[in-house]
Formats: sequence, structure tokens, C-alpha cells
Amino acid sequence: QVSAALRAGRVSATELCQRCLSRIKSTGFLNAYISVAEQAALRQAEESEKRHSRGQPLGVLDGVPVAVKDNFNTAGIETTCASNMLKGYVSPYNATVVQKLLDQGAVLLGKTNLDEFAMGSGSTDGVFGPVRNPWSYSRQYKEKSTPNSHSEDKDSNWVITGGSSGGSAAAVSSLTCFAALGSDTGGSTRNPAAHCGVVGLKPTYGLISRHGLIPLVNSMDVPGILTRCVDDAAVVLGSLAGHDPRDSTTVQDNFKPFEVPDLADVSKFTIGIPKEYHAPGLSGETLALWAKAADLFKSAGAKVVEVSLPHTRYSIVCYHVLCTAEVASNMARFDGLEYGHRSDVEESTESMYAATRREGFNDVVRGRILSGNYFLLKQNYEKYFVKAQKVRRLIADDFVKVFGSGVDVLLTPTTLSDAAPYREFIRADNRTRSAQDDILTQAVNMAGLPAINVPTALSERGLPIGLQFIGRSFQERQLLTVAKWFEKQVQFPVIELEEVKQHDQGVFKHQKSAASS
Amino acid sequence: KVAVEVLDHLERLALVDFRDTEGIERLQNAIQFADQLHEVNTDGVEPMDSVLEDRCLYLREDDVTEGNCTKELLQNAREKVEEYFVAPPGNIPLPKLEERDTFLQGS
Repeated sequence: QVSAALRAGRVSATELCQRCLSRIKSTGFLNAYISVAEQAALRQAEESEKRHSRGQPLGVLDGVPVAVKDNFNTAGIETTCASNMLKGYVSPYNATVVQKLLDQGAVLLGKTNLDEFAMGSGSTDGVFGPVRNPWSYSRQYKEKSTPNSHSEDKDSNWVITGGSSGGSAAAVSSLTCFAALGSDTGGSTRNPAAHCGVVGLKPTYGLISRHGLIPLVNSMDVPGILTRCVDDAAVVLGSLAGHDPRDSTTVQDNFKPFEVPDLADVSKFTIGIPKEYHAPGLSGETLALWAKAADLFKSAGAKVVEVSLPHTRYSIVCYHVLCTAEVASNMARFDGLEYGHRSDVEESTESMYAATRREGFNDVVRGRILSGNYFLLKQNYEKYFVKAQKVRRLIADDFVKVFGSGVDVLLTPTTLSDAAPYREFIRADNRTRSAQDDILTQAVNMAGLPAINVPTALSERGLPIGLQFIGRSFQERQLLTVAKWFEKQVQFPVIELEEVKQHDQGVFKHQKSAASS
Repeated sequence: KVAVEVLDHLERLALVDFRDTEGIERLQNAIQFADQLHEVNTDGVEPMDSVLEDRCLYLREDDVTEGNCTKELLQNAREKVEEYFVAPPGNIPLPKLEERDTFLQGS
């Protein structure tokens, strides 16, 4: 809608950009943004305005404000990964996906907050502080808050965004931008999408280039897309997907951008319900919502079957080993010599490296590096690393079997429950939390399949709950078709933020979608 | 449960430190957690490196397509001389456990 408005001249690109920038300022308490590129964004908006006035927009995304997670390299803008190791690091180049967005004329507002180096499931462990879920400040959440919480400092009840792309999810959810990039290694895009009530798409591994995305786990990372609706996700996907000669893990198949068809009739689809996703800790509400969704499909004529993915419960353990192993390797590049933080220790190269890394990384990152190195020791390699790789194959094969038996799309919950209050979340340590929260999203990364979170309904506490659809490899079109049908059925409510100026609210409420509908 | 020699070895390999008991506990928990893997029967299963294993890794022509960005690359380094990154003296191993300033000394 906003793209159509830009083209029709109802709103100018610079005006839109300024409104978004001022909204970022007024929602600063959310801590969603690490860097805001005000000057650059306004310049981009001006350029876009010129193009629009000539009747020559570059595409659907021309002039649309977007945000990018801070682990993507952006030329001229600080890229920190929320870590002391990269504070002050200004990349000399744009990540391929960032470049693609800019080439389409999108206006890059800034870099969003995350867990340090994308490790975590709450967006609470970065050096710039935790990100607050915009829904903590919504009328819907406040209404449902228990009476005695009013006597406490009203600030202490806020809930987390989920992670690790929490900043991006919060940015889209608080209506400061129309789309945001995140990354997804174990659920890092879908988890915060579910907690913040936005659409989070994890594309198939190999579809979108990872060049410029600071790597966590090379065999599982993908750039993720966060938007307000499924149509927008398809638009962004269309401009990002495709082979990149700079990333040899992108496939060479031709990708055809598509518009998600409006499905009138779901009866041709078979929806699978994996029983293992009824995981311990799944909240009653989420379970009920999941069942309701299954019934929705059934009564619309679709075939709904229970399926089994027997190795699901090992995916977290497997991930734990493979992730720490790849992290140990990927974090080795941070030695202070070529970029980033450098310690003042000068006795020897090794001691300088050690001191730099001691000063630059937080506990979570250091912990994973050490665990990873442990699993990669000669005496442990077969026992842990190779074993985990074998289990990975079993997990991936589970999916192959299920999809081979006629199932088109799997329907599962995305998170165990709605967002936890920050106070509760930080009581357990990062690894335990990740292990608990990633259980429903992780296996998808193991198998490299596409998956999408669709916000479904509000919980008893007034917070979003989302459901996840998992599709076949490279079948994003089919996946998004089903997701869009579902989205239309559930009519998820718009967030009602009280703390932001009324007139801003009006503009953004009516322009829910970025693309024209 | 993990021997001090192994912990020391890890600190040297990784060039990060455990810092405190919490760090060491974290590792112990991680190992315990990972031990669950052994419940799975993986006889006859090949390890999986990548989900794209069924596709061929492709080659490209050996032509220079980018480069000449010395200035940009040097911009982010703190210590440099002309076009060199400057490192402290190399070939000096990390001091032994007893001499190092590390938490493991006390264990």
C-alpha cells in the first residue's frame, strides 16, 4: 500500500522517511536500533522522491524505509554485531542483500539490535542492552496486566522480543519501518517474529546470498525477512533471492520473483501436524491455538494428517554441537589485527590475540567458542562432531520422508508460549534458554527448509502468539500461498501503541502493507 | 570433570579465557548436554556436511573481478605501517599455565 501511495504521489518519500525517523526517536526506549543512519536515509529518500516525480521508480521497494540487523555489513555505517569486538567497525562494503535492497531504492534507516553475534534467543545479551518488545507498551498488554503490577515501577513489566533478530522484529512491529532483515540460524528470525506479532520468513538455505552476513554457522545461516504481512515478505524475497557469484553456497537455479496468489480453496493441500512438536513446556494457549488452526484447515476442506519427525528432540543437542564447532572456527577471525577491537598487549602475537578476544567477547560467545573447541579436539571429534553430523542427516531425512508421503506444508507452533517478562527471562542462562526456546524452530535449519511465522492471535496476557508453516525446499511460493490464506483467516490485530503520537499512529495504521494490494 | 590440562589446552587453542568458575561450569554443562547424542543409533549413517550436498559445487572462470581496495581495508586496522598490518612479535608461545594470568591457575 505504501509503495502504491509513493507512486501515486499521496505521500513523498522524504516525508515518509522523516516520519519513520521521528518514530524511531519516539520509540527509542525499545532499544531496537543500534545505529540510525539519518543523513544517509534522508538522502536516499530525496533520490527516491526525484525518481517518483519523474515517474521512474526503481521498483516496488523504491522509497520504502527498511532496517537491517547489525550483523550485515553496510558500507559507511557501523556494523557491530552488538559486540565490543566490532564497536566502531565501519564496513567497507555492503552485504549482497543490503546492496540489493539499496539497488531497488529502499531507504535504509539504520541497524537493529541483536544478541551478541546472533547468539541467543532473547535479544538480551548484546553490549547495547536488551531490546524491549513493543507489545509491552500496547494497550492490549496493559489492559491484561494484573492489578498489583501497577504499584511497581511500570517500567519493569516489559517483555522480551525473542531473538536473536529482536531489534528487527521490534522495528517492524513498532511501525518504524516496513520491512527488516534478520538472520536465521536456529530460529533467530521466526522466534522474535512470533513474540512481536510480525511475519518472519526463513528462506531455503542457498536461496539468498550470505555474502556480507557475519557468519555464525555457515551450514545453517540464512538472511531472514521480517514484515507486517505475507505479501510484503514475498516482495522482499523477490528482490533478494537468486544466485550470487560471491556466495558459493547459493544455488544457480533461476529464481522467479512471484506475487503470492490469493487462494480461495485450500482443499488441494495436505497439512501435516508433527506430533513431536507437542514439546514439553508448550503452553496450553499455544497448544489450543495450534489445534484450532488445524481445525480451521480441516473445515476448509484441506487434508490434515498427523505425521512423525522422530528425531526432533535431538535437534537441539545436535545444533548445540554443530553450532559451537562452527562458531569456534568462525570467531577465529577476530584477532584485532585487520579490524575491530585490538588490545594494548604487545608482548607477543598470541598474547595480543588472547587479550583482544578476552576483552572483546562476552560470556556467551566465549562459552560457545570454548565448547566448540572441546568438541573438535582430536579425542572428541568422532564422538561429538561427526556424531552430530550423522544425527543431522537423520533429522533432515525425517523431513524428506514426511514431504515425500504427500504432505505439502507442516503446521507447528513457533514458540513454546508468548513472550516472557525480561525479569523472568534473565534468570536462566543463555544456553538453557536457547535450548528451550529453539526447540520448535531449530530442526528446520538443520534440514535447510523454508519456514514462516504467521502471527495468529493474542494470548491471555495480550501478547502475540504465532504459528509456523514449514515448506518443501525451494517451494517458497507454495509455502507463502498457504501462509497468506491462513493470515487472512485469523485477522491478527494491529498493535495499539499508546506512548506514540496520535497522528503518527493514524498514518501507519492505514498503511499496513508495503506492497500494493 | 574436565581435567585442568584439557582446560588449559582449550584456552590456548581458542585464545579465549574461562574467566571464572561459571565459565568452567558452562563447559561441563555443555558436555553433559551433548552426551545425549549418544542415545541415537547412527549405524550406517553418513555424516552430513551441507544440505546442498546433492548439488555440485560449481567453478567460475579464473578472472580477476574485484580487488584494488587496499585503502579501504587498511582503514579498519589500528596498527599499520605503509601497506602492512603490524603485529607484535610472533613465534613466542603463550606462557605456561603457572606463569599466565588466568583463572585456571587456582584450580
